[in-house]
Amino acid sequence: MNRILRKLFSNIASLIGIILLATFVLIAVLAPFIAPPFSEDPYTIPRMSWEVKPQPPGSPMSEDIRQVYEFMGKEIKYEKALCGTAEGGYDIFYGLIWGTRTAFKIGIITVFFSMLVGLLIGSISAYFGGWIDEILMRITDIFLSFPFLVAAMVLTTILGRGLDKVMIALIVFGWMGYARVIRGSILSAKEETYVIAAKALGVKDGKIIWKHLLPNTIFPVLIQASMNIGSMVITAAALSFLGVGAPVGYADWGQMVSFARNWIIGSPGNAGGYWYTVFYPGVFIVLFVLAWNLVGDTLRDILDPRLRGEL
Amino acid sequence: MLSYIIRRLLLLPVILFGVTFLIFCVFSLLSPMERLATYVRDPGTLKNPQSTARLISKYHLDDPFPMGYFNWVKRLISFDLGWSQSANQPIGEAIRQRFPATLELVLYSIIPVILVGIWLGVISAVHHNDMLDQTIRVTAIIGWSLPTFIFGLLVLFIFYGILGWLPPGRLSSWAQEIIHTAESFRSYTGLITVDALLNGNLAIFWDALRHLIAPIITLSYISWAYLLRITRSSMLETLRKDYVRTARAKGLEENIVIHLHAKRNALIPVTTVAGMMIISMLGGVMITETIFNYPGLGFWAATSAQQLDYGSVISFALLFASIMVIGNLIVDISYALIDPRVRLE
Repeated sequence: MNRILRKLFSNIASLIGIILLATFVLIAVLAPFIAPPFSEDPYTIPRMSWEVKPQPPGSPMSEDIRQVYEFMGKEIKYEKALCGTAEGGYDIFYGLIWGTRTAFKIGIITVFFSMLVGLLIGSISAYFGGWIDEILMRITDIFLSFPFLVAAMVLTTILGRGLDKVMIALIVFGWMGYARVIRGSILSAKEETYVIAAKALGVKDGKIIWKHLLPNTIFPVLIQASMNIGSMVITAAALSFLGVGAPVGYADWGQMVSFARNWIIGSPGNAGGYWYTVFYPGVFIVLFVLAWNLVGDTLRDILDPRLRGEL
Repeated sequence: MLSYIIRRLLLLPVILFGVTFLIFCVFSLLSPMERLATYVRDPGTLKNPQSTARLISKYHLDDPFPMGYFNWVKRLISFDLGWSQSANQPIGEAIRQRFPATLELVLYSIIPVILVGIWLGVISAVHHNDMLDQTIRVTAIIGWSLPTFIFGLLVLFIFYGILGWLPPGRLSSWAQEIIHTAESFRSYTGLITVDALLNGNLAIFWDALRHLIAPIITLSYISWAYLLRITRSSMLETLRKDYVRTARAKGLEENIVIHLHAKRNALIPVTTVAGMMIISMLGGVMITETIFNYPGLGFWAATSAQQLDYGSVISFALLFASIMVIGNLIVDISYALIDPRVRLE
């Protein structure tokens, strides 16, 4: 473990990844201080104007919005749209900060649960073998027969809008990779003497899987999970981009990019004038995903001696 | 060999059953009323309780689950897919009309990746740990981290917004007019670039290509990153094998060792990946076509999803899943043809 940590910190790529991740964690934790929410639900992006057209960075809150907030008795915590506003007057800066929490939430919850399902199915399939293995693996094949994004889109469309629906869809179609990896590892590990010894002693099957096999085979799965967090966040953002993800106005990077879609070309004589609508959320998504990928990639190189160049 | 292929073919109906069953399960999350809306052309009829009750029983929408599934598959087989509200035409017709556009996009995306991506991957492995290798690796990771919808918007921003070179859509309006009205222009394949060449109309060919370049780049850049990485690691592994060392010890030229001995074996796992790559492209089609307003299946599916046109979305998923199942079958069989170890198992 020490060797792994040392490698993680001595490799420039993974060091950048770790620093980026730490920054994002900080942003997520400090969100209420960096961008104090106006309303009870902090995940609703406050609007800085009623204008459909995006407003450039630094524009002040419009007068009529200010009156609305004052009428509602809300305290106005800040008055400028630091990074400009998206289509519909939504404050980009606020969305970025609270979107970090959304991203962590989506990434961690979906990866955790899809890993759990994958571990369960993969280990049962490998340990018991025979027709159980056959059935479970064919079911896995069936779930794998859908392009991930298409499957997630269909399920979200049918379940309806909302972040919870998006996460359900991502979990339902996201566990197959884990199941296959853990199945492969357990298939080779279950012939080892310690497993046979445990069986001979009459240890229960569940306990053998949980106490003996999983601790020895779970590492590749964890690496896969760390790489997977990025792609889950991308897929969730893609769903929002397609217009079936988070509800309108929810602090979510994908939706902010989709707001930018109509404005990206700019107006006549002002090519690229609305760059900020896509630039800021785009940078946040890319850095977030990159951070996870850098760490995951290094972990894989460290743990896979074939790629390390030491054999 | 033959028994392997037969076993694989026998599995096909099982998978197809599973796929349709899974989709039907998802579809059944909707109420009969919502499902009825996918078969009705005029939404006004849904307001009349008597006619809806009649229609629900006509389409067997309130049957018990197994019967419902059976009747639904029966309608699928007779291509009665329902009415697409978003396209305002029967779903089968909507698919038929949009299929060539998507096919054209996907074909042009796959072929260069497979040819050039593999070549770059081999080079990067041969020069392991050199600057070139590092550059390719970093590019691959960045490519992997850049979501399609951001990359695509960037391409649109630069090449259309600022430079004005690569317009969105599939054709300029003048070209569209010629294709749809001119007597002299005959449509053979539905792939506009091919049709234009067959008609000898270079202006239309060039116009279609100009519209295609940006979507192609957007759809395929992730596959570049992916294929490169896999080829590289597979090649690295092979280069350390004993038989490669033997070949070198025999005094064979490095070029021959790499291209004849190592590359052939290293590319075996790449076949599978190339299959997976096409799969990942099928998902990317929706995003790419949405960004560039490219009138294919993906654009239609995304629009249908936004308008809650469930029937179209479900049919789209079914179509793409079937393409994938058949694609996987082809990959597996060609894998067996290439790799004797699979064959003999």
